[in-house]
Amino acid sequence: MSAILDALLLGAGYNAALVALGAGLLGVAAGASGSFLFLRKRALISDAVAHATLPGVGLAFIVMVALGGDGRNLLGLLLGSALSAGAGLLLIEWIARRTRLPEDAAIGAVLGTFFGLGIVLLTVIQSLSAGRQAGLEGFLLGSTAGMLRADALVIAVGGTLAVALTWLMRRPMTLVAFDADYAAALGYDIRRIDLAMMALVMAVTVIGLKVVGLILIVAMLIIPAVTARFWTDRSGRLIWIAGGLGGVSGYLGAALSSAAPNMPTGPIIVLVAAGMFTLSLFLAPVRGVAAALLRRRRFQARVHRRQGLLALAHGEPIREPYTLRLLTRQGLIRPDGVATEAGRAQAARVLRDEHRWAKAREVHQDAGLSGRYDGLTPIEEVFTPDEIAEFDRRLGPPVIVGGAA
Amino acid sequence: MGAEFVQFSLTPILIGMFAAIACALPGNFLILRRQALIGDAISHVVLPGIVVAFLLTGTVAAIPMMIGAAAAAIVAVILIEAVRRLGRIEPGAAMGVVFTTLFAAGVLLLEQSDTSAVHLDVEHALMGNLESLIWLRATGWESLLDPAALAALPPELGRMAVVCALIVALTAIFWRWLKIATFDEGFAQALGIPAAGLGFGLVVTAAIAAVAAFDAVGSIIVIAMFICPPAAARLMTNRLEVQVLWSVAFAALSAVLGYVLAGYGPLWFGAANAVSAAGMIATVSGVILGLACLYAPHRARIGAAREDA
Repeated sequence: MSAILDALLLGAGYNAALVALGAGLLGVAAGASGSFLFLRKRALISDAVAHATLPGVGLAFIVMVALGGDGRNLLGLLLGSALSAGAGLLLIEWIARRTRLPEDAAIGAVLGTFFGLGIVLLTVIQSLSAGRQAGLEGFLLGSTAGMLRADALVIAVGGTLAVALTWLMRRPMTLVAFDADYAAALGYDIRRIDLAMMALVMAVTVIGLKVVGLILIVAMLIIPAVTARFWTDRSGRLIWIAGGLGGVSGYLGAALSSAAPNMPTGPIIVLVAAGMFTLSLFLAPVRGVAAALLRRRRFQARVHRRQGLLALAHGEPIREPYTLRLLTRQGLIRPDGVATEAGRAQAARVLRDEHRWAKAREVHQDAGLSGRYDGLTPIEEVFTPDEIAEFDRRLGPPVIVGGAA
Repeated sequence: MGAEFVQFSLTPILIGMFAAIACALPGNFLILRRQALIGDAISHVVLPGIVVAFLLTGTVAAIPMMIGAAAAAIVAVILIEAVRRLGRIEPGAAMGVVFTTLFAAGVLLLEQSDTSAVHLDVEHALMGNLESLIWLRATGWESLLDPAALAALPPELGRMAVVCALIVALTAIFWRWLKIATFDEGFAQALGIPAAGLGFGLVVTAAIAAVAAFDAVGSIIVIAMFICPPAAARLMTNRLEVQVLWSVAFAALSAVLGYVLAGYGPLWFGAANAVSAAGMIATVSGVILGLACLYAPHRARIGAAREDA
């Protein structure tokens, strides 16, 4: 337990602390830039970008070895992966624009083909290095174990840069994400902004390769944005909530995985993010499942109360068990179904409300107001007191109502 | 083309072809229904499925693994639908959330459990082991008539052939329904076709194809074959019947050409070792799609041809 605490408080060694901070920064950048993708409804394009990095990694390794260098230089590998991811992106754009294939087919095709090519290159490298492990498999699932200090620095610096870029480009990207036509009318170059958005996603992907691997970096781009959507309806907040969630999952995940054995960094980060997503899905205040259920229950109770009271007012028997339970619990009827004093009073009120509404719909000119009758809204919420007084005058003097008394 | 070919190349090529065709057939409909990426999602969740199956049964036998993978695929499809409806999230993002989470859980389970004694790892799941599915007992073409040698065929061949035949049969049986429901779901419902059930059935069929193919050839082929051959076929014709035939032809061509290039290509360049056949098959299918994008007769959007010229 103390190992985990240590790791969380950055006490598990310089490298582990650097990796945790780097993963946190990466999470912020991924969450923030991913939210633009999500708003633009192109979340899965990140999946293709991520898979398309693999051939670049392989090619960069081969080129660096052929030039007589060390094939494992992280900066070189990342540069290669960025080039091939960029090629993949351009191909997707080209296929979707120039042929009649839909974008999702283009995404899938580029993803499968580039990934296949990458695997071919990995096997080429395996046979080139003849038994010596090139360590490129780490890019599939990420590995922070045995990460060099320089690598951790690359990730931390890259993460910071990506966050800064997101901050700089937030306005045009938000505009394009929400209303591309409007942005075009304002004179923005949509295609260029889209490409910039993709470049940002690509940068995050490339930086994240070493930490979470190319299969799971997609999760860091998508899950925080989707989670943040549960908590706000404002795009400005969405971006930074997503960034915050991503940062927390990156930091927590990296720290947890450094503290315990057999805890791969990438999957832990993703599972932390997924845990926050699940909590939000159920517990978020407005869009969450629990809130929706609660709203439904309240609505149901209102309908049953109103209909039950109307039945009391008309002296009709109530047979619906839920209505009976509800009215009994509120002390409006006795357990044998007879209205209490309070019940009769409420019933009279509801009946008066119905009569007033009926008169209002008959005489009032403004259909926008009288059309708000839904059998639930009290008339006082729609009409002014003097209007209601007018309805009452037309209704005539009160008549005695009562249940089965 | 002698005994050595029968021994080392015939069965992998056949398995690759069956796998490619089994994935390409449902892929046609998935692409037309704009669900192309469901194949991607399914192929990711296969990993947690087989890990859980392994943890429950303790063996790496094929049948429990396939049941586990199929169950995981169905769970994933249901979860995607649940997230989409409960959270009111667009399908692409819902898919992204579900399959990455399940994949992460699968990797974690794999790392935590003691699987060192058995051959079960992520790379195997990705790349498959097409090269190792050889027919050692064969002595030449005449072995095709030799019952003793036939009994030693790799079991993957039989399984893949059965699944491929099943999918061909299902496609043929439900052809009319699939065709109508794919192009006009409302009309299909008006005709009394259970369109929603058909859609789910299509996804389940895709999952079966993915799981069977994955067992033999790994998940790269699965992703590529769901999309590349049908997408290329889509650019060749405007008729669904013809498109399906083209997709089958492209899938078979990718499998044969990919395997041959992977197995013999490096030798032509003087290298000693073969490269990943699964990866090469996927690459070839992508190249075919690329050529189709450049030269296929029906590549352009309707009305876009003039704009491009």
